[in-house]
Amino acid sequence: MAYRFISYIGELSLLGGRTFYWALVPPFKIGRILAQSKRVGPGSFFIASLVAFFIGMIMSLQMAYQMVELSAEIYIPSIVAISITRELAPVLTALIVAGRVGAGMTAELGTMTVTEQVDALKAFAVNPVKYLVVPRFLALVIMLPVLTIFSDVIGILGGFVICVYKLFISPSLYWSMVIQALTAKDILTGLCKTIVFGAIIALVGCHQGLNVDSGAEGVGKATTQSVVVSFILIIMADCLFTTMFYFIWNM
Amino acid sequence: MIEIVNLNKSFGENVVLKNVNLTIETGQTKVIIGRSGVGKSVLLKSIMGILIPDSGSIKIDGVEVTDLPEKEYNKIRMKIGMVFQGGALFDSMNVAENVAFVLNEFMRLDKRTVDKKIEESLALVGLQGVEDMMPSELSGGMKKRVSLARVLCMDPEVIFYDEPTTGVDPVTADAINTLIVELRNKLDVTSIVVTHDMNSAYKVADKIAMIYSGQVIAEGTPQEIQQATHPVVRQFINGDAKGPITDGEHLVFGHLT
Ligand SMILES: Nc1ncnc2c1ncn2[C@@H]1O[C@H](COP(=O)(O)OP(=O)(O)OP(=O)(O)O)[C@@H](O)[C@H]1O
Ligand SMILES: [Mg+2]
Repeated sequence: MAYRFISYIGELSLLGGRTFYWALVPPFKIGRILAQSKRVGPGSFFIASLVAFFIGMIMSLQMAYQMVELSAEIYIPSIVAISITRELAPVLTALIVAGRVGAGMTAELGTMTVTEQVDALKAFAVNPVKYLVVPRFLALVIMLPVLTIFSDVIGILGGFVICVYKLFISPSLYWSMVIQALTAKDILTGLCKTIVFGAIIALVGCHQGLNVDSGAEGVGKATTQSVVVSFILIIMADCLFTTMFYFIWNM
Repeated sequence: MIEIVNLNKSFGENVVLKNVNLTIETGQTKVIIGRSGVGKSVLLKSIMGILIPDSGSIKIDGVEVTDLPEKEYNKIRMKIGMVFQGGALFDSMNVAENVAFVLNEFMRLDKRTVDKKIEESLALVGLQGVEDMMPSELSGGMKKRVSLARVLCMDPEVIFYDEPTTGVDPVTADAINTLIVELRNKLDVTSIVVTHDMNSAYKVADKIAMIYSGQVIAEGTPQEIQQATHPVVRQFINGDAKGPITDGEHLVFGHLT
């Protein structure tokens, strides 16, 4: 198990290395990256926003449950803003995108592999990593932070709804508390993480797809696995980063 | 000229090719016959460098390709067109984009030239007016022909056909055979044709080679093969269910019990 995990990480890193290499080799086909970005971004926007909005509301309600007793409701906006930008929006958006887009990539590349389309690319002197993986990788690495910025804003809006209409904090007070609490560091560490999450989703999605054994069953299995592995790696990477940032800032 | 010497390829325990030796002269058509699963497609993919052989040598026009860097290999691949067994059309692209794939990917041509080339290539395989269709809307035989058109569009010097007439109606099959012969005669194309269809084999071949249990067991002109005495070859070309090929298989093959 541990061996499998390490060798899997090795294979992913190898694919990552080749993706970096081919991303830097001309010709650069911007159109392909845009086409992939379109599939990642607008397609996931609605669901990511929906989740962020509700999480913002839920957080505020859960906080209220305790804070009202201490008459400390006034701190809810700051806590919501910080936990959403630092943690919840990046991770939840990444998990949603892994389920939606990562799985789709595996299914697509997996089908291409079993129907010999990937072999055909090689036969036409086209490198499959450059042609298939690079645009997907760049699309995710660019679009996931963008989606997360929207989730940040919408999540805080979710908090706004509860704080203003349920806890009767005035709107201007809500915003001033949020702005006071947030530092550029909070937002940036959140966004930095999403770049890594995007890379994980793309590499796992493509790696699973390009290594499908055979047939429709193989594609199905690979797709499920792609989601599971992405989830695990995203959470692990998140834990690693959070610990790292924690020690860096506290040194 | 393509020279294959002592080529070996296994997948785990499954030994597919064992010391295969084969030479394809420039401008000639070599037909490869053999039972399903014997490794014909694996052989073609090994020559293209899609599969990496375990050992042995493959020389294309004198260049050893088995340990060639990707970039050099791609220069050779540009001259070779491969018609895949299942067509392998890119299903996110329509027929026109599929046929013009190599032109769009590597050459900067104006749209008129590309469109003309697409139309010509499709006409050669007896298709017209299908440019805007998606691969999922085509019949199996049409896919095969579009796949052939995609290869013709790149003006290859060498063409590998993996079962070009399987799944195609007899009339179209004969037209494809004629096309293979004409490409050889008029354009000097070097070809490897993998097929089970003996009519097609006799019609297009300069030489026929038979692969059996991982090795080339017979090779010769169509006449020589027709007169071969090797029992395995005889059983195969006559298409008998009984014979040395099927002896070892304890199957009820073709009988209800
Ligand atoms: N990518 C692969 N991984 C593992 N085994 C493979 C792979 N490709 C082919 N094989 C095995 O190699 C053997 C030969 O397969 P191949 O596709 O070359 O047969 P073939 O002669 O082309 O048969 P057919 O006439 O049915 O197309 C089969 O036993 C197959 O299971
Ligand atoms: Mg085959």
